[in-house]
Amino acid sequence: MLADGDRVFTNLYGQSDWRLDGARRRGDWDGAKDLILKGREWIVEQVKESGLRGRGGAGFPTGLKWSFMPKESDRPTYLVVNADESEPGTCKDRDILRNEPHKLVEGCLLASAGMGVHDCYIYIRGEFYNEAQRLQAAIDEAYAAGLIGKDACGSGYRFDLYLHRGAGAYICGEETGLLESLEGRKGQPRLKPPFPAQVGLYGCPSTVNNVETIAVVPEILRRGATWFAGIGRPRNTGTKIFCLSGHVNAPCNVEEAMSIPLRELIERHAGGVRGGWDNLLAIIPGGSSVPVIPKSICETVLMDFDSLVAVKSALGTAAVIVMDKSTDIVKAIARLSKFYKNESCGQCTPCREGLGWMWRVMERMVEGNASVAEVDMLLDVSYEIEGHTICALADGAAWPVQGLIRHFRPEMERRVAEYRAAADRQRRAA
Amino acid sequence: MNAPLDAGEFEQPASFDFTPENLERAQAHIAKYPSGRQASAVLPLLDLAQRQHGGWLPRAAMDRVAEMLEMAPIRVYEVATFYTMFNLRPVGRYLLQVCTTTPCWLRGSDEVVRACQNKLHIGVDGTTPDELFSLVEVECLGACVNAPILQVNDDFYEDLDGPATEVLLDALREGNPPLHGSVTGRRGSEPVGGRTTLLE
Repeated sequence: MLADGDRVFTNLYGQSDWRLDGARRRGDWDGAKDLILKGREWIVEQVKESGLRGRGGAGFPTGLKWSFMPKESDRPTYLVVNADESEPGTCKDRDILRNEPHKLVEGCLLASAGMGVHDCYIYIRGEFYNEAQRLQAAIDEAYAAGLIGKDACGSGYRFDLYLHRGAGAYICGEETGLLESLEGRKGQPRLKPPFPAQVGLYGCPSTVNNVETIAVVPEILRRGATWFAGIGRPRNTGTKIFCLSGHVNAPCNVEEAMSIPLRELIERHAGGVRGGWDNLLAIIPGGSSVPVIPKSICETVLMDFDSLVAVKSALGTAAVIVMDKSTDIVKAIARLSKFYKNESCGQCTPCREGLGWMWRVMERMVEGNASVAEVDMLLDVSYEIEGHTICALADGAAWPVQGLIRHFRPEMERRVAEYRAAADRQRRAA
Repeated sequence: MNAPLDAGEFEQPASFDFTPENLERAQAHIAKYPSGRQASAVLPLLDLAQRQHGGWLPRAAMDRVAEMLEMAPIRVYEVATFYTMFNLRPVGRYLLQVCTTTPCWLRGSDEVVRACQNKLHIGVDGTTPDELFSLVEVECLGACVNAPILQVNDDFYEDLDGPATEVLLDALREGNPPLHGSVTGRRGSEPVGGRTTLLE
């Protein structure tokens, strides 16, 4: 188990003061000036060496992403922090925003210094109203204390930070949808390339990073890249906030070492599966977009990027949704299909039309009101949708359905047979 | 709560303007963005307008925001109809937003919906005759380890079940909204029964 001394988010639960004084007692802002003065290359190099991969779902190496920003630019450049946390199962950034806002503010400054950026926007989902109030208060404190602003921490570096509230749209968590929204439009994702590092916010070079990614940066720089790289496994380094929801005895968020076994994570921190481990049916290990895995895989899988990809799922946002044997698994996935159908921005046909179609078929599958051939058709269509749209929302809608069919096809076929038999009986009786 | 702009079932005010205080707030929002990029302030300004107008966004307010931000009105209508938090028709004083996405559903969000319906005698998308409550289903609110969640206006009420939802609705009806957060008194996202980490 990760030692408490290695945890980054020591006020994860809000058990002490979130304001500047409390944050300083926890070590935030300590030596920030010196870190800025070590320079841009040093910061990026440290983050690269730490092995930090993006915490928003895709897991792209953070230092590498930063290195795509132009060395010199005659236009403004931007850091945009994605606090539009809306992936079902995921509520880790919320704890950072409300209980560790200064880690995020300091991270914004240091990450910006690493990219030569002077202006940063944090895009927070509109529903996080109280969290936004907290974060704004922390930003105001940082300005008042001279930690950010014209001369951030007395380093001579100008840095301005703005908070922008969304207004309800999952798709704005997609980085280019977020940029569209921030520019005052519908959050409809942009075609890539060009990538934001060339053409981002207001057409200027921009980097979009998740809240947790940015908030761990100050600790990496203070304690050193080797400390962070020494936690977890190679390519899967550092600490990670896991969200344990669903049928566990004690749902919670917890910061643990990357690569912790899934079973240990649940039994140690979430009080185990409701009714005991043997009552487990399946787990969605990384937020609603990743394929579900049955109990047999949950026994041994490690919670990291590589281990979950090896079992055809993904770490995603590390939001673990646990389902015990009482769960109607088809209905659980059908509800996700409805989610994606509702959240499609509507610009690509396979997504706009296909997600509604998948949801309607899934609703029939819940009842068994379908044919076995339609299970295959559903799978085929999911592959036609996947990879044929501008952004990954449609992929995220296809994967849960694919995961369901991969592991629970017998259950789906059983329902079809049962429904048929009941219909036959009724016909004969009539 | 999204509906055609001219649904005809309710009255649209003929005009809208920000109060002096809100106009000041609006200017502060616009100042966050580079000059010429004032359209970025469309979400914050629509939100301000909705708050000022009792929780819903009339067409006149969209027109006023369009004018202030030098946007074509259609661009503002597009935005107002795209984002779920803009209510294009009147809502009750308490907008009850029940999350029913899978993580909340696994923890009993059906009971929360049922408690609201039984207690208030309205369906989803309904408003009570006294205009105190409106009920909507929403997608994931991002507080899944405290499921199920009911968002009332700006506040999350967490770790609910049927009876706790009824208690909450009674308190709201009496005009005494309890402190938001977990209704079981657990702190934040800590595991029930106490922390397993950060014990040193």
